[in-house]
Amino acid sequence: MAASGGEQTGSQYILHHLTNAKMCSTDSGIAFNKACYDHGFWVWHIDTLAWSIGLGILFLWIFRSAAKKADTGVPGKLQCAVEMVVEFVNDTVNSSFHGKNPVIAPLALTIFVWVLLMNIMDIIPIDWLPAFAGWIGSTFYGMDSHDVYMKVVPTTDLNMTFALSLGVFFLMIYYSFKVKGFGFIKELTLQPLNHPVFIPVNLILELVTLFAKPLSLSLRLFGNLYAAELIFILIALTGYFQLPMHFVWATFHILVIPLQAFIFMMLTIVYLSMAHEDH
Amino acid sequence: MDINATLIGQSVAFAVFVLFCMKYVWPPLIGAIEERQKKIADGLAASDRAEKDLELAQKRASEHLKEAKQQAAEIIEQAKRRANQIVDEETQRGHDERAKILQQGKAEVEAERNRVKEELRKQGATLSVVGAEKILGREIDAAAHSDIVEKLVTEL
Repeated sequence: MAASGGEQTGSQYILHHLTNAKMCSTDSGIAFNKACYDHGFWVWHIDTLAWSIGLGILFLWIFRSAAKKADTGVPGKLQCAVEMVVEFVNDTVNSSFHGKNPVIAPLALTIFVWVLLMNIMDIIPIDWLPAFAGWIGSTFYGMDSHDVYMKVVPTTDLNMTFALSLGVFFLMIYYSFKVKGFGFIKELTLQPLNHPVFIPVNLILELVTLFAKPLSLSLRLFGNLYAAELIFILIALTGYFQLPMHFVWATFHILVIPLQAFIFMMLTIVYLSMAHEDH
Repeated sequence: MDINATLIGQSVAFAVFVLFCMKYVWPPLIGAIEERQKKIADGLAASDRAEKDLELAQKRASEHLKEAKQQAAEIIEQAKRRANQIVDEETQRGHDERAKILQQGKAEVEAERNRVKEELRKQGATLSVVGAEKILGREIDAAAHSDIVEKLVTEL
């Protein structure tokens, strides 16, 4: 826990762990955290942004360095690992998406690896990075370490998961119009009851179906990771019992981490392949 | 848990990452993978072919070996036959030679005998004449009686 400041109660500890580091601009310059509570939309979660973009750059850097060295010779170990991931994603895309689209496979790869990396942050003991950030804040900036917030798992931030699912949603709409054109409108209005009278009913039903896709996509990832992190926090509050419990939960969570990344990728592929199918 | 401007930042980051991945990461990787797959497939096919070739070569080699053995056996057979033939021929020639030499020897012996006979006859004639001279004394005209002597000689 934090190095300085008064003792936290359990609920304060939990709240501290579940609060993002905020940044916003006020009349008197850039403000942080508590000063941003009443700024509505124009607040930035700098921890989510920094960790997610950092991990995204890490992903691109690793894969780019493998891609630059890629040739048909005997591959190195990193090369092998990267190519295994790429081939896995490629196989998954090919098995559920039939057609030509240069976007879907790289998109699926980006989503899978990025989400996986962000989820893996959950395995790092929950106090390490926040406590380190608190130590830096109190040592170099004279802040109370309890006022330094650091949420290291970007996928436990709804903004992150919604950004991903909105990107996918945008592509779904784009390809639906591109492939089906007016057929997409017909799909929304003349299904499931194919009669002009039922157009409003159909539209409501279909729009709910349509918007449920990105919503469920993002909430599934967010819910899984948020709940898991919450459990890690609760385990951390149990004193010495946390050692075996943390181990058990982390072991279980190792299953959840790649599974959620895979589900997100898989559903992205499925949704986009549905957007390509003309009925 | 509030939705705020972070959403925009994340969306932009997401788009940039996907674009970068699409342009600089995915194509070279998947290209290399597919090319290597092709290369491995080619290699496997080549090894299969080589195995078949080897099998074929082995079969051909064993065929050649069999043929060679057969040929060798034939050659040996021929050589044996030839050797027998030569032995036969030489034996024949030896026999002929021996016969010739024998005949020659016989002829020579015959000739010598004839010569000796002639000599003996001549000497016998002379001896007879001498004897007759001795018996008949000096009166007998050798020239006049030569025909008688000749007759005598032939009767000898």
